[in-house]
This record gives sequence, structure tokens and C-alpha cells, in this order.
Amino acid sequence: MFAPDHPLITTLYIVASALFIVGLKMLNRAATARRGNLISGVGMLTAIVATCLLAGMKFHWILLGAVVGSAIGAVAASAVKMTAMPEMVGLFNGFGGLASMLVAWAEFHKWRAEGWAAYHQLLGPGAPDSPRFTAAAIAFTALVGAVTFSGSVVAFLKLAEWITGRPILFRGQRLVNGLIVLTVLAAAGLVTVRPEAPWAYGAFAVVMVVGLLLGVTSVIPIGGADMPVVISLLNSYSGVAAAAAGFIILNNGLIVAGSLVGASGLILTNIMCKAMNRSLGNVLFSGFGATESSGEAAAAQGEVKPISVEDAYYILEAARSVVFVPGYGMAVAQAQHVVRELGQLLEKNGAEVKYCIHPVAGRMPGHMNVLLAEANVPYEQLVEPGDVNPTIENVDVAIVIGANDVVNPAAREDPKSPLWGMPIINVDQARTCIVLKRSMRPGFAGVENPLFFKPNTRMLFGDAKASVSALVAEFKAE
Amino acid sequence: MLGLLFFVFVLAVFLGLELISKVPSQLHTPLMSGSNAISGITIVGALVAAGQPQGGVIVTVLGTIAVAAAMINVVGGYLVTDRMLGMFRHKDGGAK
Repeated sequence: MFAPDHPLITTLYIVASALFIVGLKMLNRAATARRGNLISGVGMLTAIVATCLLAGMKFHWILLGAVVGSAIGAVAASAVKMTAMPEMVGLFNGFGGLASMLVAWAEFHKWRAEGWAAYHQLLGPGAPDSPRFTAAAIAFTALVGAVTFSGSVVAFLKLAEWITGRPILFRGQRLVNGLIVLTVLAAAGLVTVRPEAPWAYGAFAVVMVVGLLLGVTSVIPIGGADMPVVISLLNSYSGVAAAAAGFIILNNGLIVAGSLVGASGLILTNIMCKAMNRSLGNVLFSGFGATESSGEAAAAQGEVKPISVEDAYYILEAARSVVFVPGYGMAVAQAQHVVRELGQLLEKNGAEVKYCIHPVAGRMPGHMNVLLAEANVPYEQLVEPGDVNPTIENVDVAIVIGANDVVNPAAREDPKSPLWGMPIINVDQARTCIVLKRSMRPGFAGVENPLFFKPNTRMLFGDAKASVSALVAEFKAE
Repeated sequence: MLGLLFFVFVLAVFLGLELISKVPSQLHTPLMSGSNAISGITIVGALVAAGQPQGGVIVTVLGTIAVAAAMINVVGGYLVTDRMLGMFRHKDGGAK
């Protein structure tokens, strides 16, 4: 067995890092993505093998943890429905954060149990002379890991609707959050400055406990429609936590892999924010839509024109070009398969069919793409708003299925709307727009939607799946 | 040694930003869950904590739980990503 700085171990970690890089690169393209994921998995296996080759490793506890964790992960990954993917990805991510927090705790405990001299020896030949560097890395890893874990759990609870998906706000929330941040920073500072003081373990406990609290209080004020941002940001955090853990145990493999994840999560977060025309700060701190739905928006309304399934069928039967615009409602109703069936029938009827997907439709980045892929929609038919908007006037029918804010013309027309400036899909400019909707309740952001009152909009009320199935039945009856 | 670690860190961040800059939106979810699985690399620290004798039983227990949590992240993350990407493939025209 080998010392941590043995060339073989170092080489294996370098190989693992290279495999992660190649794998991520391949995840950028549809043609290579699946192989890329496999390659990155081989990288992970390489890193695990390298660690198991270290001198002095005992495996019975490792085996227990690995078997239990793998079983849970495998069962969850194969049982999860595609519609529940956002919360599952969020939850997996949270466990990564928990692991990083526990690693920091274990390292700190080791240090305190053995004393700095012995612990310094353990860290190996390149260990920092000052205990403060390691202490800072430990406190930072524990903090970010804790926030990632509890934040992800809250995101999971919100997405699975075990708790309300609406922003949870209370008076003095910013003050409370500010105090929490100050407390956790002070405790982390104390651990860094005096890691060997008798009370330092207590301060470290405060970092972890208040860090967990911070994860909860920073995610509860964020509404369901902003979840794509939160999920990708938490994803970034889990990478940062892993990279920070690399600074504790002085492992380049952890630093490279963690930084890659941290950077890619940030990019996705940025893409999501841009798609909503909002800054990250605005998403995180504003409690979007919780206060602003009412008043003048409600005044600027006209008449809602409901439509029957039969009349909708006649419109669609005559249509030469149809664009589906899915949103979270399609996921809730599990309507992706019947939507695909309707799309096929329309194509058989001679219409050109496209599915236009807004980047923040649904509850995680790319949510709608996954659902429609599950329903076997060829991805050539999945298009982005930029592909559809320039020629939307030539679209005969735009069918909005459970989407709301991403088709809200107030983003274009009403500078007072909280959605003002957000790039939307301009379905109101199609010749006819059919909106499938359960009722007249406003969308997740709580913002009124003038689309429903436009002269060329028809509302098809009812469960999305039932409505689409009824349309399919009409086509088949022909 | 520390200087080298920071050097590696900064390069890796820039590399990450370069690698991911132009992702088609249909791959956002797989990219997220795939990179999420990579963040399970913290398993390395967990294995050391669970497998090395220093620090006594508490470190072993913390390490074992950390191994389990990291394995949920790793195994779950890779499998779920593979499942999603598998769906992207079997189109009527086959993989593309």
C-alpha cells in the first residue's frame, strides 16, 4: 500500500481529473453526452480506487457506508419519475454537501483528538506550517457543505410540495438573515484564529448548526418559479464545498473536480438569471411575486373567452403550423405523452409542429426537454424562444400547456410588472393562442397574465392531460 | 505546496468556465445532474476518514456516514444522468 504522495496515487488522481474534464466537455453535446457521463464516472471510480490504495486503510466501515449509500442512490435514481427529476437532482446534490460537511467535521475532530503536531504529520510533507490555514479551510468547508445540504433539502421539500412552493416571508426576515450570516461568519472567524482554544470545538459546532439554519432561511423565501436558479446555484455550492475540502486534506483531485462543478453551476445559474432578466441578488433576496400581485394589473383586464374541446379541435384541424409551449403544469399533469400523441396527429394532418421551450420553464434547467424526450419527441422539434419569436405571426396556433410567466406579455408591455424585461415566448402574437389551464388562478409568481384577456386567446379550462386526451380523441374520431 | 494548490484551483475554475460556456438548453438538466455527480468527489475525504485509524471511533462514524452520503450523490447522480441521456438517444432516427 502507498503513501499519499506516492507517484502511483498522484498519477491516479491526475487521471481522474483528466477524465472529469473530458467527461464534462462531452456533456456539452447531445451526440457525446452519454459517453461523457460514463467517462466522468470512470474518473470517479479511479479517484475512489486511488484512495483505497492508501496505506493503513481498513475497509469494513467503508464497505458498510458504500453499500448503504450506493443502494439508496441506485434505487432512488431508477425509481424516480421524470416529472420528479428536479427534486431528486436537488436531493442528490444535498447529500454531496452533507458529505463535505462531515468530512470537515471528521478532520477537525481528528486534529483535536491528536493535537496539531500529530495532525500536521498526517497531512503529509506539503502541509501548511500555520494551523490557521487548515482551520479556515475546515470552517469554510463545513459552512458551505451545511448550507448546500439544508438548502437542497428545503428545495426538495418545496419541489415535492411537502411544503408550500410559494415564498415564505415574515417580518424582519432580512434582519434575521443578516444576524444569522454575522453569527456564522464570527464563529468561522473564531475557529480560524484560535483553532486550538478549548472553546473552538463549540465555535465549530456553531458554524455547522447555524450554517444548516442559513441554508433553510436562504431558500424558503424563494418561490417555485425561481427554483431553476436555486437548484443550479446549490449545485455550484456543492462543488465549492468539495474544492474547499481539497484544501483541508491537500488533494488536487478534489480541488480540480470541485472547481469544475462550482464553475459549471455558476454558468448555469447565470444562464437562468439571464432568461428571467433578473440579477442573482434579485432572485435570492426579493421574495419575488409575493407582494406585487394585485391592484392595477387586475384593472387592465378584458373578457376571458373559454373554448370547448370540440371548437379547439376545429381550430387545430385547420392549422398548418402549431407551436406547443409547455410549462410546469405539463409536468404536474404528467401530460407529456398525450402532448406528443397530439403532436403526431397534427403532423399527420399536415401541420408543422414545434415545441418551444423557455429556458426557465419548469423547476430546473432543461426540465421540459427531459419530459418531452421521455415522451420520444425528436429533439429537432424542440426549439428555443429565439427560433420561434421572429416568425410567430405566421404560426396558426400556439398551444400553451401549463406555462404562465414565460408567455406573459406584461414582460413586454407593462413596465410596472415584476416580469418586465424578461424574454418571453410571444404566443399572444400567434394567429390563435389556446391556453390550457386548470382555472383562472395566477401563475407561480402570483403575477396576473394579460395574455388570457387578449382577443385571439382562447382558454381551454381543465386538467391539461384530460384536455389534450380529449383533443386526441376528437382527432381519432375523424 | 499551498501555492500550487491555489494555482491548480484558479486554473480549474477557468477551465470549468470555458468548458461549459455554450451548452444547448436541452442538455441543461443532464449537465447539471452529471456535474452534480462529480461533486461527490468529496468521497475521497470520506474514505480517508472512515478507513484510517486516527481520531478514534467518532471520526470513523462521521466518515462512514459521509461515505454513505457521498455514495448516494455519486451513484444516484451518474445513474439518473445516464437514464435521462438514454431517453435523448432513442429517437425514431436513432442516436444523433
